[in-house]
Amino acid sequence: MRARLLPHPLLTVLLAIVWCLLVNEIKLGTVVFGLILGLLIPIITAAYWPDRPPVGRPIKLLSYLLIVLWDILVANVAVAMIVLFKSNKNMRPNWVVVPLDLCTPEAITMLAGTITLTPGTVSADLSDDGKALLVHALDAEDPDAVRDEIKQRYERRLKEIFE
Amino acid sequence: MISLSDLGIISEIIISALLVIGAFFVLVGSIGLLKLDNAMSRLHAPTKATTLGVGALLMASMTYAFATRDGSMHEILVMAFLFATAPISGNFIAKANMHRLRGKKDLPPPPDDHVWGTYSDT
Repeated sequence: MRARLLPHPLLTVLLAIVWCLLVNEIKLGTVVFGLILGLLIPIITAAYWPDRPPVGRPIKLLSYLLIVLWDILVANVAVAMIVLFKSNKNMRPNWVVVPLDLCTPEAITMLAGTITLTPGTVSADLSDDGKALLVHALDAEDPDAVRDEIKQRYERRLKEIFE
Repeated sequence: MISLSDLGIISEIIISALLVIGAFFVLVGSIGLLKLDNAMSRLHAPTKATTLGVGALLMASMTYAFATRDGSMHEILVMAFLFATAPISGNFIAKANMHRLRGKKDLPPPPDDHVWGTYSDT
């Protein structure tokens, strides 16, 4: 019963918030209409979400987002320095293979998105069995160090959140 | 009509600083696009400019809205959509590059005799 009326509770909350932000005011009317949308849209689109991963720890997800935002800030400065002050000759662009421990598609998507958003690395492709990620690093002397940092810093946390 | 002097010195400083920071990082992104010498490295510059550069500009816009009118939260949405879409467009450009590199340069293969999804036949 609950699963039919509320197939995707997090999406309901998200849609209500997005609606309030779109209207750009927080009044009773907007919140109620946002909630109506948030209730209807997941029911209509439920067929497109066959296996939803349960997000077991929303608080961990929040702290993960904060860590990523901080890393974006720090690494952006580092990449700006590389772009401005390092000559192309001395740059070591490198491909890095990151073997994955994550299995759920949502978690892998989050990891690939995080890798692209944090400066210095762009995720390029996934292996055909979904067990490894191909990452391009802008300036990496040692591809193994980049791989270990991605695994330590992001993948471990995503595994705690999704699996 | 609100003139800038109504803002108060503190919000004025914050807004100006955010604008300068944002503009700086967008500029660095464009310089990177010009300066870097291979297609994959060039991809790094624009995907980065959207994160901190546009992020700081949007923060400036939000601060201005809260300092002058009753505030605006649209910028949070802009940022969320940018953060969700930037990796996807970056990924597509990277895949196009991988097709161009096919057969010319060896990429490190994935473990256990598999191939990268872009190169697989199925």
